[in-house]
Order: sequence, then C-alpha cells, then structure tokens
Amino acid sequence: MEAVRYADGTIGFPRHHLGLDGNEPVETVDLSEYTATVVTWTTSTATPPGVREPNHLAIVEFDLEELTDPDDPPVRALGQLTTGDVESGDTVQPVYAEELREPGVGIKLTESQAWDGFRFEPV
Amino acid sequence: MDTDRVAIIGASMTQFGQREAWIRDLLAEAGIACLEDAGVEPSDVEHCYVSNMSSGEFEGQGGIMNMLAHDLGLLPAYTQRVDQTSSSGGAGIYAAWQSIASGASEMTLLVGGEKMTHRTTGESTDIIASITHPEEYKHGVTLPSFAGMTARHYLERFDAPRESLAKVAVKNHKNGVDNPHAQFRKEVGLETVLESPIVADPLRLYDFCPITDGSAALLFCSESVAREYTDEYAIVSSVAGATDTHVVHERPDPTIMNGVVESGRAAYEMSGYDPEDVDVAELHDMFTILEFLQMEGLGFADHGDAWRLVEAGETERDTGDLPINTSGGLKSKGHPLGASGVAQGVEIYEQLVGEAGPRQVDADVGLCCNVGGFGNCVITTIMEVGA
Repeated sequence: MEAVRYADGTIGFPRHHLGLDGNEPVETVDLSEYTATVVTWTTSTATPPGVREPNHLAIVEFDLEELTDPDDPPVRALGQLTTGDVESGDTVQPVYAEELREPGVGIKLTESQAWDGFRFEPV
Repeated sequence: MDTDRVAIIGASMTQFGQREAWIRDLLAEAGIACLEDAGVEPSDVEHCYVSNMSSGEFEGQGGIMNMLAHDLGLLPAYTQRVDQTSSSGGAGIYAAWQSIASGASEMTLLVGGEKMTHRTTGESTDIIASITHPEEYKHGVTLPSFAGMTARHYLERFDAPRESLAKVAVKNHKNGVDNPHAQFRKEVGLETVLESPIVADPLRLYDFCPITDGSAALLFCSESVAREYTDEYAIVSSVAGATDTHVVHERPDPTIMNGVVESGRAAYEMSGYDPEDVDVAELHDMFTILEFLQMEGLGFADHGDAWRLVEAGETERDTGDLPINTSGGLKSKGHPLGASGVAQGVEIYEQLVGEAGPRQVDADVGLCCNVGGFGNCVITTIMEVGA
C-alpha cells in the first residue's frame, strides 16, 4: 500500500505524478504497516459485475503522527472492509487480498491496472 | 444596450425514460425540436456541440457529432463532442457560450444525449464507475457508494435527520409530476423513500436518480441576433467550471465539493449576482445528498445547514424562497448523462421566458449546477431574463 512523500513533506495516497502544489514525489511510505480510523463507510448492495455483493467500503484516515506535521493534510484511503460490522471512529488495519474484484469481468481491460490490494479489518 | 451578451433563443428536450431510439435518433429528435422552437433554419447553424459521456461504451457508436450535423442538414457547420462525464451538458453550455462570445459562431446548436437503458443496471454502473481512479475502481466502488459514505458523514457530523434527505426526493418527485418529459411523474411519500431497498447504506433506492435515455438541446446566438428572431429569450449571464481532486478521499473535507464552490464563485463574479439574487436553481441531484452539498457550496445555505432549509420548506416550488429543481431534477426527470446539464439549462430557460407551465415560478435570475464524477468537475451557469 504505497503512498508517497512529496518534496514539500506531505504524504499522499495514491501516488500522483506531481502533488497538488506541483511537488515531485521523493520517497515511498508503506501504509500497510499503520492502523487507521474509519471516517465513514457504506455497504453497497448494487454492485457492478465482478464485485462482491454486498460490498462494504470505507474511507479511513491513517494514524501517521510520527511521520507528519500536525498541519499536514490527513492521509486517507478508500478501500473494502472485511466486515460490515463497523462504526465511524473504529480503528482498522490493512489486510492484503490477491483480488479485490474479478479482473476482466467489468469494462476495464485486465492488463490496464492492478487488482490486488488491501482491505481494512477492525482491530 | 449591451449587444455582446450571449442569448438562448430556443430549447427542447425529448421524453426522458426508457426509449427504443438509439443515440443517433435521440439527438436528432431534440435538435430538430430546438431549431423549430426558435424558428431557425438548419443552414443558419455555424457550430454544433454534442454533449455525451459514453456513447462508445454504451452503444459502440462514435463520431456522433458529425452524424448529427449530417442528419440535421447543418453542413458545413463546425462540430465537436463534449465529454466531461456527468457534467458534459454543462461543459457543452460552456463551449456554446464561448463560440458565440468569441465571435467564432453566429448561431450555435448544443445537443446533449445518452442512451443507457439497454444495458443492465450492473453494466451501466460499471461504465459510470470506470471514471474513478484505478485505486478506487479495483475496490468495486460505485458513484452511489461515494454518495452513501458522504451521506453518512454528513448526517453524523451535522446531526441532521435521515428524513431530511428523503424530503429532497419527495420534493423533486412532486415537481416532476408537472414535467411532461420526466421519467417519473409520480409523487412518493416520505415512508416510501425511507422504506425502499438499501442501495448504499444509509441511502436507499429513492435517494438515487434512475438510469435514463434522453436528449435535450439549446440554441445560442448573440443578443443582437436574438432580437431578429424573438422578443423572449434568456441571457447567459455567466458560465464557469472548476475541478476538484479526482480521488475522492483526498479532499480535505468530505462534505465540501470544492468544484462547486469554485465554479459558483467564478460564476457569481462574472455575472455580478450573489446567491440571494437567484430566484430558481437546478442542482445536480444524482443523489439526494448532492442537493445539500451544492446548496452549501453555492452559498444558498451555510456549511452543514442545507438540511434545515429543506426541513423548513425553503426549497419547495410553490411556497419556498428558493425553488430548487422545479423540473423534478435528475431524481424524477431522469439522468441521461450527457443530456442532464443541457436539460437543466432548458428548465431555467423555460422559467425565465415564462414557458414552464404548471411548474412556473416568478424568476428573473436562474442558476444551474452540473456535477461530473463525484464532484471532480463542475459547471455552474447563471442566466437572466433577456430584454
């Protein structure tokens, strides 16, 4: 779960070619080593082809006090949850999954992007 | 007398809903009706813009702007397809306005359309979700799931009652009853909304717009040319676009759509109007929560307070201080992606020239806000009565 630190010191996920202020990425940060807090979540019951149903999703905010300044923007990610039994404010940790949805079933070409990644599991 | 202003002298929209016609015939139907509405000959059209998001993905049909130009006898008019996802219609208004304001065209036809209902709900959802970042797409995120997460955060943070979102759906369905072109012309009660199936918790089926086929059109020219055709026209006072982060979770505040804020700010500045000058507004209610976020982003309500205005009835068509979505909105009228922004303009045009029939409100200034993606691109247009 590779985030990047930009030249101005801020951390962002996912990686962009340049940060919002035009700063270049200077190093990577592995977010899978950190816990996060659920900002908000939903359970989607109308999912596209190749996606599990129901699909529990959340936006989480990583606990990165040791890596960032208090004034830096928060580092967040969107991802699947391992369970729908969560509440906003819960602590979660990333758990690796080889396939988050079935490649080649939806409109996107299988080769066009990665299909593995991290779900979030309540701690 | 300012003769440099850009005017709209004709408008049309097809029946929205499940149509047998494919994109070619939907576009032609709205285009012909618009020219007839204005009394303008096809040979007088110099530019033709077609707002469309995904005719290639939905139907396998490309090059639709050139097809339309030939089908309507517009040759040798300049053509361009405008794709800005769900805000393609608003972006088409921007392109058409530019063509007249710059002097590049004396008469510009804008037609927006989409053909969607032949696809399954899952396929349509996937085509629309393909606009998301790969890091989002692989998790199976959909636009409705963004709405569910945003709605939960909004309700929790501002202690807003769930019923306030449902009241948006109730209001817009009520307005849609009087729109002969709307996909749904049926009122729904609060309990019906609150007891409908969950789609993206806490949002339910009636918090979402339907999948729709349809087309809409507007005809643009300068104010001096407009006067040669009619005494009743609308002026495009301003049009402005802005973007926000493509990746939704990177926004500093999930309850603020900065594309709405910035496009609105620029549109107000260009027109000289303030939020309190707006008499009627068409907002992009693809999901009920979006009506709240746009009301706040455009300055109609303070941050976190839009739900209070809805609860107080301030946005009702016949009794509110600021009627919102008199057309029925995307919620009731339907949301054929590329057509929706144009159809918003059709409603505001009809309100300003007094052609809205039973939906008519007292309006000299109207605003439409067309949102693309989950707010990563937004077009705000302000119109006023021409005179």
